[in-house]
Amino acid sequence: MERIPILKMGPYLLVTIQIDMHDRLAMTLQDDLTDRIVAARAKAVLIDISALEMVDSFIGRMIANIAAMSSVLDAETVVVGMRPAVAITLVELGLPLGGVRTALNVEHGMALLKARLVAAADDTDGDSAN
Amino acid sequence: MMTSGKTLEEVLRADEEKVLDEWLQAQMATRGMRSDLLSRQELREQSSRFLRSFRDAVAAGGVDTSGQAYAPIRQQLEELSLDRARQGYTPIETATFIFSLKQPVFSRLRERYKSDPQGLADSTWEATLLLDRLGLFTTEVYQKGREQIIARQQEEMLELSTPVITLWRGILALPLIGTLDSARTQVVMENLLQRIVDTGAPIAIIDITGVPTVDTLTAQHLLKTVAAARLMGADCIISGIRPQIAQTIVHLGVDLGDVVTKASLADAFSVALKRSGLGVQHVRDGHSASQAKRVETEEK
Repeated sequence: MERIPILKMGPYLLVTIQIDMHDRLAMTLQDDLTDRIVAARAKAVLIDISALEMVDSFIGRMIANIAAMSSVLDAETVVVGMRPAVAITLVELGLPLGGVRTALNVEHGMALLKARLVAAADDTDGDSAN
Repeated sequence: MMTSGKTLEEVLRADEEKVLDEWLQAQMATRGMRSDLLSRQELREQSSRFLRSFRDAVAAGGVDTSGQAYAPIRQQLEELSLDRARQGYTPIETATFIFSLKQPVFSRLRERYKSDPQGLADSTWEATLLLDRLGLFTTEVYQKGREQIIARQQEEMLELSTPVITLWRGILALPLIGTLDSARTQVVMENLLQRIVDTGAPIAIIDITGVPTVDTLTAQHLLKTVAAARLMGADCIISGIRPQIAQTIVHLGVDLGDVVTKASLADAFSVALKRSGLGVQHVRDGHSASQAKRVETEEK
């Protein structure tokens, strides 16, 4: 069965969707990613959808769900590289993915995650000092 | 009643020169004659060419203008109408080309049927029907020609009216001018998003100074564009909101949500600079009194 690979790099998990998503693949990704976040104690997840050319309402909702689940598991999540056509489709479908953080490309996304991790680390230090 | 158009053909064959001359005179006499666009010589050529194919068509196909025999005539008229539509003739001026042929033809018929009122009435009726149909055809083609022009102009306007400007590295601006309808918004949106991808700019300013009115639909279109840009990872700032438009937006109950709005493009630009970690500084120059010069001050 085909799967979407999830790569671990330090505190980051990288998910690169290189093929067109179908429903089962999205479900599998949801299971795999939540498992990996817990197992690897990942603090940040980057989902690259720059190769995704088509979305329907289900895949759109899955993207939102996956991002929301990662956030619940206390991992900063950013979706990067959405194509214009996909963005327009999601907006027209009425799925503006309110809770999902986005970035233009992997570089911007990594910078964003890094900044968030640094901010989170500062917070924790502050807590432990009190 | 005769239906073959035989008399008409005979008239056209026997008195071709006379009909042509009278027809030309009739065309010249109407105010539809545009000597600035068409010389006498050209008109004469057009008319005699038409008259010849008209005669052939009547001879071969009678009075049925939709038949095969009339194909060359239809093509000729089509070319002529499209040509005139493009050159800016009015519909009346274009249709006059055909309708002014009536008088010369009728007077020829009258001569021929001096002692036969019944025949005169029949053949006149026949000729009227025929020329009317051709005239209407001309008008229809003319209309189509104008519609093509309008469609082309609309396309050109769409291309013209949506420039995306790079204000600074990583800052795009989209000055909107004119009313935003659905078709235009689509083009605007696609242009902007494509440019965001091309330039990798994380901030885009949408300036609506040139948008005359904002209704709920326009506002919704704007919000959609902002939402789509956000999905791609770029932030949008809406600027150029005039006082009346601010009032309209509030009265309409449009919820702009967490979209950043600024009164002027300058304000939006300074916010964008700040977010990019840039700033504008005043630099005093030895020679000139003072000169504003942008100085990049990297945040880190």
